[in-house]
Amino acid sequence: MAQPLVKKDDDRDDEADYSPFLGIEKGAVLQEARVFNDPQLDARRCSQVITKLLYLLNQGETFTKIEATEVFFAVTKLFQSRDIGLRRMVYLMIKELSPSADEVIIVTSSLMKDMNSKTDMYRANAIRVLCRITDGTLLTQIERYLKQAIVDKNPVVASAALVSGIHLLQTNPEIVKRWSNEVQEAVQSRAALVQFHALALLHQIRQNDRLAVSKLVTSLTRGTVRSPLAQCLLIRYTSQVIRESAGNTQTGDRPFYDYLEGCLRHKAEMVIFEAARAITELTGVTNRELTPAITVLQLFLSSSKPVLRFAAVRTLNKVAMTHPMAVTNCNIDMESLISDQNRSIATLAITTLLKTGNESSVDRLMKQITNFMSDIADEFKIVVVEAIRSLCLKFPLKYRSLMNFLSNILREEGGFDYKKAIVDSIVILIRDIPEAKESGLLHLCEFIEDCEFTYLSTQILHFLGIEGPKTSDPSKYIRYIYNRVHLENATVRASAVSTLAKFGAMVDSLKPRIFVLLRRCLFDSDDEVRDRATLYLNTLGGDGSVVETDKDVKEFLFGSLDVPLVNLETSLKNYEPSEEPFDINSVPKEIKSQPLAEKKAPGKKPTGLGAPPSGPVSTVDAYEKLLSSIPEFASFGKLFKSSAPVELTEAETEYAVNVVKHIFDSHVVFQYNCTNTIPEQLLEHVSVIVDASEAEEFSEVASKPLRSLPYDTPGQTFVAFEKPEAVPAVGKFSNMLRFIVKEVDPSTGEAEEDGVEDEYQLEDLEVVAADYMLKVPVSNFRNAWESMGPDCERVDEYGLGPRESLAEAVNAVINLLGMQPCEGTEVVASNSRSHACLLSGVYIGNVKVLVRLSFGIDSSKEVAMKLAVRSDDETVSDAIHEIVASG
Amino acid sequence: MGSLFAYRDSSPSIKNILILDSEGKRVAVKYYSDDWPTNSAKLAFEKSLFAKTMKTNARIEAEVAMFDDNIVIYKFVQDLHFFVTGGDDENELVLATVLQGLFDAISLLLRNTVDRREVLENLDLILLCLDEIVDGGMILETDANLIVGKVASHNLDLDAPLSEQTITQAWATARDHLTKTLLK
Repeated sequence: MAQPLVKKDDDRDDEADYSPFLGIEKGAVLQEARVFNDPQLDARRCSQVITKLLYLLNQGETFTKIEATEVFFAVTKLFQSRDIGLRRMVYLMIKELSPSADEVIIVTSSLMKDMNSKTDMYRANAIRVLCRITDGTLLTQIERYLKQAIVDKNPVVASAALVSGIHLLQTNPEIVKRWSNEVQEAVQSRAALVQFHALALLHQIRQNDRLAVSKLVTSLTRGTVRSPLAQCLLIRYTSQVIRESAGNTQTGDRPFYDYLEGCLRHKAEMVIFEAARAITELTGVTNRELTPAITVLQLFLSSSKPVLRFAAVRTLNKVAMTHPMAVTNCNIDMESLISDQNRSIATLAITTLLKTGNESSVDRLMKQITNFMSDIADEFKIVVVEAIRSLCLKFPLKYRSLMNFLSNILREEGGFDYKKAIVDSIVILIRDIPEAKESGLLHLCEFIEDCEFTYLSTQILHFLGIEGPKTSDPSKYIRYIYNRVHLENATVRASAVSTLAKFGAMVDSLKPRIFVLLRRCLFDSDDEVRDRATLYLNTLGGDGSVVETDKDVKEFLFGSLDVPLVNLETSLKNYEPSEEPFDINSVPKEIKSQPLAEKKAPGKKPTGLGAPPSGPVSTVDAYEKLLSSIPEFASFGKLFKSSAPVELTEAETEYAVNVVKHIFDSHVVFQYNCTNTIPEQLLEHVSVIVDASEAEEFSEVASKPLRSLPYDTPGQTFVAFEKPEAVPAVGKFSNMLRFIVKEVDPSTGEAEEDGVEDEYQLEDLEVVAADYMLKVPVSNFRNAWESMGPDCERVDEYGLGPRESLAEAVNAVINLLGMQPCEGTEVVASNSRSHACLLSGVYIGNVKVLVRLSFGIDSSKEVAMKLAVRSDDETVSDAIHEIVASG
Repeated sequence: MGSLFAYRDSSPSIKNILILDSEGKRVAVKYYSDDWPTNSAKLAFEKSLFAKTMKTNARIEAEVAMFDDNIVIYKFVQDLHFFVTGGDDENELVLATVLQGLFDAISLLLRNTVDRREVLENLDLILLCLDEIVDGGMILETDANLIVGKVASHNLDLDAPLSEQTITQAWATARDHLTKTLLK
């Protein structure tokens, strides 16, 4: 990031460095500010001092509370001067100082006087300053003046009041909302910017009133809009209205489309672009609707202004994701942008072309891109590589030229991220396009011949070990792999040894040759390399006999590790050398709950080499495996559902415990995941004592305590309950953590002999109806609903009482039922008054359930809901109603 | 992208306006958004933005870049670099209009001698100019002539006593004169 600054001409004269603020120093300027207190004010001098103060603040200098207060009081004295230039600087200074409430009172009267001054500049600025620093109580005092100012004939004053209103709406909405009549009048103003500001404020006041916004848009789209900015706003509001009415008018022409289309012929480019973009973003836009918008954007592509070209190509790029055919007309203009000076434009053009390109144009395009790749930055190259990857998946027949392109750029200079993007792409192509496998693997082999990144080399070697043995001629890869053993650092050598062993294990005919190579590795200078070679030679039967490799050995050597590495690491650290060998089964399999300071950046989705080749094991599978490995629970049958972990302790307590509810047909198992966060303690015989007195249908059948819970190593304890078969029994459980605590000497890590028994109260846990519902999506809700038929349909209406918002009510019901929202109906439009929501799921006993919810909210925020349930079993339909009725 | 609704329903907003010198140092800056809460965050943004754009040629037409999920429109003049930043959903042309308004207004105020030294010497006018273009992120005015009218309204003051008015005028004339001599 820190690029060296380019030195300007060496012979530049000192004068260029001159600044009126050279050597400026806060203390001195604060001293100078004393002139504000002079009885005979020198307006010019004072202005200069304020400029200096503002300069300091602008440079990031801060004033202490005392300094700020002193400056503020001194500045207030300057209201005595009638110099308008000085007054303007005083206004600026007050805004910058953002005085506290008791200080505000000092200037209020002066500012109110200015608000009613004859000079328009005073009035406009005083309004802005006062509204910036004011609080609610003061606002009611000046409200009358503000309302007048909104309809003032001077546009500067009106704009000042309106813009202040926009800011005040955030803090004092109830006051600003009372101004709507005046704002409404200002919307009709002849002054261009006043109309813009009034429109923005009026919309914000009314934004929760769909009808009012619709009316506003209807009247203005027919009337006169004076400034391009206001026109842009109107376009935004219009698309909002279109979006919200989309549900009601499925047929016929889209309302207001004509207006948007008309805006494409506006004289201001800003408006044309806004309208074009609005059209491209209409939900379910048709090709006919798109065409005029694409045409104007196409014109922009050849504009001399980079901003226009950028705006157009960025929008077309987005369109190309959903309507690639609509953009193909622009391909010729797009191609000329590949050589655009602005690399952002060039990259967007290329990726658009890659999206819209057809099979026949691929080769030509690749030729153009090759020239382009050499002179752009890595970050852009990565974007291009990703686009090429998706193009290749789209046109698998073209894999040859695309694979060639990737291998060519792989050979060129580039940073790690760029190279990794290329390698990932090649790996994905190898996985998804079988024909590409052999050539892709060879490209990767060539790459590791001369690869400076250890990480990539080892990843590729690992990948070769998986894919190489399955090819028609595995032997050709051996040379590349064995070369690594000669030429690379220890990490890569060790990795190459493992890959060789994999070939040996999978391909029997290669065994003798592999053994020869592995034996040579026994003399490597590095421990790890030697150890691996020895291990493989012994387990694979390198004593000369060529036998088929035992399945267990394969599993042992190359099977995936089913415990988290972090847990394994801590367990190994805790292991003390003794007679008893380390047992990998003692390593907890539960993934430690994420630490609170979780990284904010959502990590990139693992693609390519990063992702495990077998695909990630779903959590349900993992739970099932875990539970069936516990003998006490093995007889419970098939796991129906596991809930998400529920925290039973506050964050950052001594012991962190969360629970996962596992539902079986006639059993429920609570899995308590415990973490000990005190380094000085070792917990033993950890169990949870569950009181099920408020859960009548449940009876405890088994409990599996945790033998030992060292610091920072998560462990699990289980409690199992029996419940009536296939019945969605609910209940509340209170939990107490019981354990023996032993002091640990932090310096040696040794625990004392004697422990003390102790208990720790956990929060209560509930089994609710939603626990018996599996979220199972359906692809086409309407079809599913129709085919289910009305035989077991149950419909009823419910009042949900006053709610914060419609969205909140919809969410609450979804969570209560624990079902899967379909077709995105869980999203409620921001200011709609009614909403329909579709849910699907599978209820315990494997009964498919579909739910239709209709919500309505009235002005007092009372929410009413109609619930229609269809399922194959009417008792289940009734049960769903039961859930809602009791929830 | 999640905020598509939010952006569609709101008016265009400006996140910051920056005027940096040819070494990337601040001449005058104004931040309207909370995206950069501390001075060091602001400085880091300015530094990386400057490094990313310094090699481009933005002297004739305003240029544009995507930067940290923002759209930045920028233009260079003499030893000054002007930037206007908006969210990545913002209409690029609106941002460009703001930049053009700022730039034209400053050119008018400084009588076409736009460089670091002149801007610093007239920093009061520049700060007033920024104040009249955007208020708390909301675009206030983009017409350069109107902006200049508001900033340099000293002379139109009818309220001020005659004596002070003449001093201000004299000052303006003197500066005018000085600028002309410097231009030669």
